[in-house]
Amino acid sequence: MAIPRQPMPAQDPNVRNRNFKEVNLGYTPELAMQEALRCIQCKDPVCIQGCPVNIKIDEFIQLVAEGDFLGAARKVKEDNVLPAVCGRVCPQEDQCEKACIIGKKHQPVAIGNLERFVADWEREHGEPEMPEVKPPTGRKVAVIGSGPAGLSCANDLIRQGHEVVVFEALHELGGVLMYGVPEFRLPKEIVRQEIEGLKQMGVRFQTDVVVGRSVTIDELIEDEGFNAVFIGVGAGLPWFMGIPGENLVGVLAANEFLTRVNLMKAYDFPEGSDTPVFDCRGKNVAVFGGGNTAMDAVRTAKRLGAEHAYIIYRRSEAEMPARAEEIHHAKEEGIEFLLLMNPLEFLGDDKHWLTGVKCIKMELGEPDDSGRRRPVPIEGSEFTLPLDMAIISIGNGSNPLIKQTTPDIEVSRRETIVVDVNTMATSKENVYAGGDIVTGGATVILAMGAGRTAAKAINEKLMGTAASHDEW
Amino acid sequence: MYRIVSSIFLAENIKKIEIEAPRIAKKRKAGQFVMLRVTDHGERIPLTIAGSDPEKGTITLIVQGMGKSTRALNLLEAGSSIADIVGPLGTPSHIENFGTAVSIGGGVGTAIAYPTAIALKEAGNHVITINGARSKDLVILEREMQEVSDEAYITTDDGSYGYHGFVTQKLQELIDSGRKIDFVLAIGPIPMMKAVAEVTRPYGIKTVVSLNPIMVDGTGMCGGCRVTVDGEIKFACVDGPEFDAHKVDFTNLADRNRIYLSEEKESSSGEHRCHLHQQK
Repeated sequence: MAIPRQPMPAQDPNVRNRNFKEVNLGYTPELAMQEALRCIQCKDPVCIQGCPVNIKIDEFIQLVAEGDFLGAARKVKEDNVLPAVCGRVCPQEDQCEKACIIGKKHQPVAIGNLERFVADWEREHGEPEMPEVKPPTGRKVAVIGSGPAGLSCANDLIRQGHEVVVFEALHELGGVLMYGVPEFRLPKEIVRQEIEGLKQMGVRFQTDVVVGRSVTIDELIEDEGFNAVFIGVGAGLPWFMGIPGENLVGVLAANEFLTRVNLMKAYDFPEGSDTPVFDCRGKNVAVFGGGNTAMDAVRTAKRLGAEHAYIIYRRSEAEMPARAEEIHHAKEEGIEFLLLMNPLEFLGDDKHWLTGVKCIKMELGEPDDSGRRRPVPIEGSEFTLPLDMAIISIGNGSNPLIKQTTPDIEVSRRETIVVDVNTMATSKENVYAGGDIVTGGATVILAMGAGRTAAKAINEKLMGTAASHDEW
Repeated sequence: MYRIVSSIFLAENIKKIEIEAPRIAKKRKAGQFVMLRVTDHGERIPLTIAGSDPEKGTITLIVQGMGKSTRALNLLEAGSSIADIVGPLGTPSHIENFGTAVSIGGGVGTAIAYPTAIALKEAGNHVITINGARSKDLVILEREMQEVSDEAYITTDDGSYGYHGFVTQKLQELIDSGRKIDFVLAIGPIPMMKAVAEVTRPYGIKTVVSLNPIMVDGTGMCGGCRVTVDGEIKFACVDGPEFDAHKVDFTNLADRNRIYLSEEKESSSGEHRCHLHQQK
């Protein structure tokens, strides 16, 4: 292969770790066309199977190679409602790019970078052209949650001519894209504009509605006349570690830290935002965990001025669930990785403010149920690390509100909603679910794939099974 | 945007605000709260719902100007709007016919105790209310409380009105006089709720408090409002805000509520600077 994979231009690490602007700067048209030429247009493009929403990757890349960037963007949008988002936050190395044939011998085609490029190009240059919407069917669907699963489900349903209302508990739309993923990875304006496209197609959004509190699923069906409901409420209930001292002042969940900074813009306090966040300047901040959320939190702390920003993880780097690119970016920005260490206890002063953490060193033993080597404490290796703030990022469970108020929806032992994986139908008639509320914490694109699967099943149910098969 | 229908002062710095919010008005039960944002760059703050009119589609909040956001809210007159209001949130008060129920409100906590006192009365309880204020000019909802109570007492710290002393002293007197008390609800500042819990503990009187930790989303997704109850972590926004007073770690709650004191001062002083700027 004559052309090497085109690298993504990025802000200098020692500049970007002091600002909240996007790290990756995006391809130029020249870089994009050069990269697109690397695609060999396989007869059987397996990359498409690697994409949970099955974007026509070969076709859009061909259009990029020809310089038809708007055409490429519209091709992507036939299957993906949030291409500028997915091009940025998908773990392509585990999905489309993992399947790429070129990747067997060389570096795979940078499908994510190209998807991002065409979406950005359309937003900045084109008249956004909306996909065709079918005539009204007279059927109403309620979508609960405006995260990736709900948005993708709403997109497919509105295009089939159904009336779609999305209910969101927060004051901003986008779910984890707004409160979780930081501005420096995903500018919020991009999320807003991609959602704007759905509004133009006719999707209605109601913010400030907590389903389970403001209204129940039964009321949506019985009183408000919805023919079907899709639950895409995510996994937003943070887990804590249950070790002593976790309630000290200065110990908080990554969800709280990131919500304050991303959704409430606390990095702009007090001028541009009334929401405060812990003052990290010159402080020692540790994030406990090894996933993407942990990387987002620790890089945020560094940007807020932390002197030391640590990742503390009980396994080694090889077992970290975070994307390789995020780990790489974090290291470049000066994040300190303390691996194979497990916290035992948080320590505080007489006013109950956090002063440090007692940890023990670990070594890797035999593989456990998850297939990862199990960390085992090394006896007598305890040590204390001084800390001013501790951010817990060990995962999220399911919010209990839906379960409490709609008891006829079956949930698993882990409190996730049980569905038929082919249709995403729950145990309750005409109620479907998808995304993290079904799988537990996963990825944006898997949630979007689930939203599409559910939309297809909902459409078939509402229109009569046979009618719409060939339409998809 | 959510329209303010009426806005009137009940006492110095304490305002009764009626807001158009039909979904909340229809669903809300005693003990529940809302999260609201006054402006687009505003923070989300929790406020307990004091009352509602499902026909009109409005809810009532009673707000004491404490910091930047509550003062901004108190400046709004009828006809203006706030950016966001969401609810009803939290688990409703557990109401049953306990027998004799005492509802204790401290300061603006009286506004929160009020809807629960109504619910207790409707459930058939003999309702005694004790409402404490620092002084006479800060007494609120006196007439409303009298209407829902079989016995209503007002206490002031300085003795300028009603009983001279704290709500806990009045409660202790009732207990000492041999009254059979089956249930106590206490809502107010943390030291007051803690003191009530200590008064009732030796007698084993079931006592419930409505906790006021720092909240961000109010829907259970951040854990900012976590409190320690009976040694376990609970999220006040979904598991509460009402908990068994004899099991709450009040010290931990008070500690955690102090985390942003300096930022709150900074935010409020910024507001003052703005005002000076406007006057130039």
